Amino acid sequence: MIVAEQKPLPDLQRMLKGKKKVLAVGCGTCVSVCFAGGQKETRGLAKALQTAAAVDGEEMVVEEKTVQRQCVQEFIEPLEDDLSEYDAVLSLGCGVGVQTMAERYPKTRVLPGLDTNFMGQPTEPGIWEERCVGCGNCVLEYTGGLCPITRCPKQLMNGPCGGSENGMCEVDTSIPCIWAKIWDNSDNLNLMDMLMEVQPPKDWSTSRGGGMRRTVVRDDLHQPHAIGKATKSEVEAMETSEEDEVPTPEDPHAGEREDAFLKEMGLA
Amino acid sequence: MTAHANALENTEAAPMWKSGSNLEKILAEGHFAVTGELGPPKSMNTKLVHNKIDMIKDFVDAANVTDNQTGIVRLSSIGTGILMEQEGLEAVIQMTCRDRNRLAIQSDLMGASVHGIRNVLCLSGDHQSFGNHRGAKNVHDVDSMQLIRMVQEMRDLNKFQGGEEIKGGGPRLFIGTAASPFSSPIEMRPLRLAKKVAAGADFAQSQMIFDMKLFKEYMKRVVDLGLHEKISFLAGVGPLKSPVMARFLHEQIPGIVVPEDCIERIEDAGKGIDSDDKKALQEAYRAEGIKLCIEQIQEVQEIEGVAGVHIMAIQWEAAIEPIVRGAGLYPRPNLGPTG
Repeated sequence: MIVAEQKPLPDLQRMLKGKKKVLAVGCGTCVSVCFAGGQKETRGLAKALQTAAAVDGEEMVVEEKTVQRQCVQEFIEPLEDDLSEYDAVLSLGCGVGVQTMAERYPKTRVLPGLDTNFMGQPTEPGIWEERCVGCGNCVLEYTGGLCPITRCPKQLMNGPCGGSENGMCEVDTSIPCIWAKIWDNSDNLNLMDMLMEVQPPKDWSTSRGGGMRRTVVRDDLHQPHAIGKATKSEVEAMETSEEDEVPTPEDPHAGEREDAFLKEMGLA
Repeated sequence: MTAHANALENTEAAPMWKSGSNLEKILAEGHFAVTGELGPPKSMNTKLVHNKIDMIKDFVDAANVTDNQTGIVRLSSIGTGILMEQEGLEAVIQMTCRDRNRLAIQSDLMGASVHGIRNVLCLSGDHQSFGNHRGAKNVHDVDSMQLIRMVQEMRDLNKFQGGEEIKGGGPRLFIGTAASPFSSPIEMRPLRLAKKVAAGADFAQSQMIFDMKLFKEYMKRVVDLGLHEKISFLAGVGPLKSPVMARFLHEQIPGIVVPEDCIERIEDAGKGIDSDDKKALQEAYRAEGIKLCIEQIQEVQEIEGVAGVHIMAIQWEAAIEPIVRGAGLYPRPNLGPTG
């Protein structure tokens, strides 16, 4: 999932200074799971901003709405009709969500309410850790499923540097040296031969060095110019047909499992 | 004759040498090698560089010149290395993967080579978060292992990393690597050295060793793996300046283990001296640090697989002379001009 945090309140106040009516738009997917931009957080932030403005003697109305997926144009279509009422939209989506809003509604001032951190996972209640940099050229095959490109500060591909001590990384001693972890598990996975091979320089052209990446992986699904141009009724039709085509897997315990997971993570 | 023409001529005249560097020859002839280290200034004050060169040039076979070590911007290792070569002190330029991508590394290595540099130490590089530009973006396009292989292929296959031929031949560099025998996971460290040998390293310099028992265990594994026959291993040593420094190295620097008895020896040297007499205390500590370092050199000389010492007298280049003399390693062999 994508992990993000709310920007500090003073930064948001500075961005919104002089605006009379603002729409805060939350997102019900990744950023809601990391307590940054879900419905609850969006409501809370809207109130906080409005109160802060009042304290400063300014009149600012902050209304809020939360969409299920701010990163998909179809999901933000329903906002279209009301947007003209607002001086600005404060997006509580990740960086993708903010840009989806900004590109779909180019006449609306869309501002970022979050700092988007990384792709990662919750590891214990209140802690999220990065797991993938999206380099576009996965090396997990060679490293026992643990990513040195993401988790080693020097992105070493051929083993640890000298800064590994007691299994921790010298750059941040609260973070494990990922090469120590890879090594520790290498016997179990029979990785030794692979670890002794010199991995050649990585092809970074699929990573950030090559500029913005654009991927079409499914020609059968690709419909040029369709995205974002659909009308509301077409979207509804699409959603219906998607439901028809992809039936929800039958899992009578899905709800219980979800509850247990949330409880364990301290998110319940 | 330009240095470049010289290098080209030597490619034809002396193919027996990988680089023709003094260090390579010293090791090939079976002498116990001595390398030192020269930290460039945080300025363009070449006078400081010349002072350091004068202090160490007669006492080492070559000296490493650090590459923005600990992530602090300094006079460049290649620029400083050229000054050293001009003054008759052979340079081992350190090259890190932190600040340059594969284009810049290859370009800089060729640039160094045409100025007469013949040794390179391939390093990952200290992380920028330890330095004075903490918000800098690091590069790490290649890692130290890949860097070793890249330099080896430039030299032996006359080939750029991208596959294109280097017309007229690649830079003739003697390739070094760092070894950190006591960093974790400690049991994989000899294997990591084996991998560096496979990648093409000619010599290794270790992190500072103080714990001889641990080091002997490490070297036994190195010898058991037959690595000592494929790579010249230089044991890292260094004089302790004070008990505070000894404890700092032990506690703060990963891979450095300073046993309690070493720390006590330095501490005991200050006994009986008025604690207000800072100068006398410093002198006593330093004299003991040099003495300890000499003993350690003599001890590593007896360990199978050790081909030399790398003396790291951090910001204390003046210590090199008494250490080398005290260890009976002076004068250094004179093998004539390099190349």
